[in-house]
This record gives sequence, structure tokens and C-alpha cells, in this order.
Amino acid sequence: MAPPHRPTSPTPARLFLIFAQIGLTSFGGGLSAWMLRAFVRERAWLSEEEFLNGLGIAQALPGVNVTNMGIWIGYRLCGTAGALASVTAVVIPPAILMVLIAIAFAWLERFPITRPALDGAAAAAIGLSAWMGITAARRVPRRVIPLAIMAASFAAVAWLHIPLLWVVLAGGSASVALEYIRLGNER
Amino acid sequence: MNPRVATLLGIFAPLSLLTIGGGQTIIADIQRQVVDVHHWMSAGTFVTLFAIARMAPGPGSLLATLIGWRVAGFWGALAATIGIFTPTCVLIYALARIWSRHRGARWQRALEGGLRPLAAGMILATTWVLVGGLEGGWLARAIAIAATALLLATKISPLPLLAIGSAAFVLLHAL
Repeated sequence: MAPPHRPTSPTPARLFLIFAQIGLTSFGGGLSAWMLRAFVRERAWLSEEEFLNGLGIAQALPGVNVTNMGIWIGYRLCGTAGALASVTAVVIPPAILMVLIAIAFAWLERFPITRPALDGAAAAAIGLSAWMGITAARRVPRRVIPLAIMAASFAAVAWLHIPLLWVVLAGGSASVALEYIRLGNER
Repeated sequence: MNPRVATLLGIFAPLSLLTIGGGQTIIADIQRQVVDVHHWMSAGTFVTLFAIARMAPGPGSLLATLIGWRVAGFWGALAATIGIFTPTCVLIYALARIWSRHRGARWQRALEGGLRPLAAGMILATTWVLVGGLEGGWLARAIAIAATALLLATKISPLPLLAIGSAAFVLLHAL
């Protein structure tokens, strides 16, 4: 299962640094895309499939996706110490920065360049979300049921504005049950 | 210690377990508690804090930290942060432990395989919603598309990508 080429191996300290960096620089949200970039593309510590499996679970469970992913990836790579290092890094430094930004905000708003600079960064950040969605969609098996579930969950959230709780509960349990039956028939 | 600190913990800890599919689901309820029930701030102040939380890096649920800080200073920020993150963190930690013990079980593969298409659909929907709320017209949309293409084609890190997007928007906007 291990990727053939590992330039560096994961340690709790490295996890802390990577997650702190993601937490502090991920303007515009979509932190899971930054994680996919850092752990799969840049370091190959996880396969794309392992990452997307974790993401599916992190999204279905209550909790912030990012902290869920931090614990999931941290535990998977370095056990309890890894989980603790990752979640601390993804919460505490950005929390401090957030308060500092709130203090600086009133002052920054005076400059006319602030607005367009933020709009541009926000637009590029949407690219992250789009890339992440395309990567995840590419990995969905080309069978009728998974493709229909993907399309239905997109429509439910994007067009019908159904609360996520119901999408996850109804869509998630139907999808998991169908997959369970399919895995049973495979044997 | 400020009595509000305990109240903050009491508000955010239960909300933590309701944040399914990201922090957006509980925003309305936070607003109700903070503005209508406890009268800690006006609706206008709440919206400003929300905008700052969206703009700043890090998880969007750090809005809780900002509210805690606003309501009761350092201890308020700490209590709100612990409240919003701890319950769900314990939950997923327990699950991660169970997961590694039963690797390859049928129920586990069904959960993984079943949830992935759902996650893909929800991420694409998030993108759709974000594009709808994008400010800056066609120029911003063009930058979003260019950024997507760049991410698909290269190994560019997100931070330089956002810097390029920001600079491009400022330059083209000025023309």
C-alpha cells in the first residue's frame, strides 16, 4: 500500500508544521484542497484514494472538515501524537491570527486596494474548490449508482438548498447501504 | 472569571455536534444565541465578525473564537474555541482508532465507497455556491477558471496561486 517513493517520512513535528502552514495561509477556505495538495501531491504520504476515503468520512461526521481531516490524517500517519499535533496546529495558530486580523481590519479597510486584492484572492481560492471537486469526481467509480448519488447530492445542495444534515443522512445512508449490498454480491 | 465564559462554553459545545458538512450549518443558530438570546452584540457586529472569519485563513468555525474574544476577552476566546472543536474532535479520534483496527472490513469499505460520491457532489456544489457569491464579475470568474486549470496542470502551491490571483485582479481591474 505504501507509495514507492518517500522523500521524507511523517513525524508529529512535521505534521504540526505542515498543518500550521495550511491553517495560516489558507485564505479563502477550502482547506481540504490545500491538504490534498500537501499530503498527496507534494509529499506522497497518502494515496489519492486514501485521502478521499478520509474526506468522505470527515464530511459525513459532525465537526469541521479541517479538524476532522487533521485528526484523521494525523492518526493515520503518526498515531495519537500525530492526531494531537495536527489538530492543535490547524486550530490554535489561525485562531490567534484571526483575532489579530479583526484588530487590523478597521485600519486596512481605509485603503482602496484592499477590496480588489481580496476579491482576486477569493476568486483564485474558488479554483482550489473546483480543482478538489474535479479530483474527487474523477475518482468516483464509473457505475450508475455512484454517479447518480454524486449528481443528486450536487443538485440537492447547489440548486435545491436542502440542509446538509438531510443530504448526509438520507443520501449517505442510501449510498452506503447500496455499496454494502454490492460488496456482498461481488463475492 | 467572567460568568460569560461558562455560558460561551455551554453555547458552543452542543453546536459542535451539529456542524455536519462544515461550519455553515450552525451560523444561523450562533447568531440567534449571541444576538437575540444573550444580547451580546448587534446583528451588524455579528455580520462583520462573520465576514472577517470568512476572509481570514483557517477553519471558518473560528468565528466562535472571534465571538468569544469579543464577548469575554482571552478567556472567552479560549472557551468558545474549546467548545466548538472538542466534542467533534473526540468523536473522530475514536472513529480513527476503530478504523485502523478493522481495516478492510466490509462495512468499512461500504462506508468509504458509499460516502465518496456524496463528498464529490457536495464539494462541486460548494464550488457552485461560491461562484454564485463571487464579487468582481467576469474578471473574477476568469481568474477562478484560470486557477482551476493551473492546479490541474501544475504542482503549484496554493499560496502563490492566491497571490497571483490577487495581483492579476488588482492589475486588470485598474486597466
